[in-house]
Amino acid sequence: MTTDADSPDSTPIRVLVAKPGLDGHDRGAKVVARALRDAGMEVIYTGIRQTAEMIVEAALQEDVDVVGLSSLSGAHMTLFPRVLDGLRARGLGHMIVIAGGIIPAEDAEALRAAGIAAIFGPGTSTETIVAWLRDEVPRRRAER
Amino acid sequence: MIDGVLARDRAAVARALSAIERDPAGPLAAALHRHGGRAHIVGVTGVPGAGKSTLVAALIGAWRGAGRTVGVLAVDPSSPLSGGAILGDRVRMDAGPPDDGVFIRSMANRGAAGGLALAASGAVRVLDAAGYDVVVVETVGAGQSEVEIADEAHTTVVVVPPGLGDGVQALKAGILEVADVFALNKADLPGADRAAAQIEAMLKLGHTLRDPAWQPPVVRTVATDGDGVGDLVAAIDGHAAHLRSGGGAGWRARERARAYAELRRLVVARFTADVFGEGGARPAAIEALVDALVAREIDVGEAAEGVLKARGKD
Repeated sequence: MTTDADSPDSTPIRVLVAKPGLDGHDRGAKVVARALRDAGMEVIYTGIRQTAEMIVEAALQEDVDVVGLSSLSGAHMTLFPRVLDGLRARGLGHMIVIAGGIIPAEDAEALRAAGIAAIFGPGTSTETIVAWLRDEVPRRRAER
Repeated sequence: MIDGVLARDRAAVARALSAIERDPAGPLAAALHRHGGRAHIVGVTGVPGAGKSTLVAALIGAWRGAGRTVGVLAVDPSSPLSGGAILGDRVRMDAGPPDDGVFIRSMANRGAAGGLALAASGAVRVLDAAGYDVVVVETVGAGQSEVEIADEAHTTVVVVPPGLGDGVQALKAGILEVADVFALNKADLPGADRAAAQIEAMLKLGHTLRDPAWQPPVVRTVATDGDGVGDLVAAIDGHAAHLRSGGGAGWRARERARAYAELRRLVVARFTADVFGEGGARPAAIEALVDALVAREIDVGEAAEGVLKARGKD
């Protein structure tokens, strides 16, 4: 296949928004999903109570640029690294993984070290997230 | 990537779907086209809220139970304002642990009319070449006129919820006419009997059946608890058997309809891009004709003639 002919950068940014773990509070995730949609992105919303395995498989099938993880249950230190490991194991290490929800500062440090590209805590404006993605995704696409 | 698709390597299938969405008529489509033609392509359409995604989830379970592999293309609308989309069909379809025999892909229609995406045929080509036994295409929530699915699928399932009342009457000129199988979903709710009776009465009138030799069955389902899903699978299989019976003339007719529709969509898209320009820059000749039209110097028929004459000269 000739990949140079189909200019990947002209296609909408695709983002998987997932909520791993058992908390059912997806309001924040839905607000973010809608903001990304309004910014012209294609958002695949998977719903609540996803296992890391399900999120990795969905990211693979949907061929997304970005995986956004949200957790309010405190389980982020186990679940987020599991998603990162799963993506790498399936050859999807190029996908940008970002996180939102309630994540204490000391955990944020460790998650960044594990490979979470950005963490957007409570109070982050959706404009900030959109701007960050518009900057980061073309760069990552160009590297592939 | 082609070898990966043919071996049903899911990462390769996923990348091929992205590539074909960018270029539905490129070299990848050409290479995969030679390998397709095995899958039973099942379209699922119906009004928003009819329970299409939940029913597809139940169908996936039934087909998997029978040892058949399933590829799903779930189409949702793009926002006409931003071009973005929220694709939420996985919420209902992707409930269990990952299964090697199921592949679900969400697709935004990127502004295409008719309930499908322009690249839907290309995506079906990928899933067919990957060897999924059944390829399901779920359309955007469709009402009266989104009948394109009938030219994409071998078998079109129209999902109808009870309680539409006279709304069923309003449907009849549109998607009801393209149904090969009706799924009367949410059949445990009040009004199911009436809705089934309305559909059956309409079918008895015999108006404009697409295939005079096939009387579309009306199957009652409750997708959320699996009731009637086995019957629905049997009805879908029955329609495939009908198409393949008598030497397979029906199947070939559907294949021709699919090929024609895809060709037409592609040529119309190219022609439109050719005439009106791609992206933002509109040809100056067209702008001049629009000005003349607004100034009432010419009429719309003359303007259209002018556009067609000016094609390619800009």
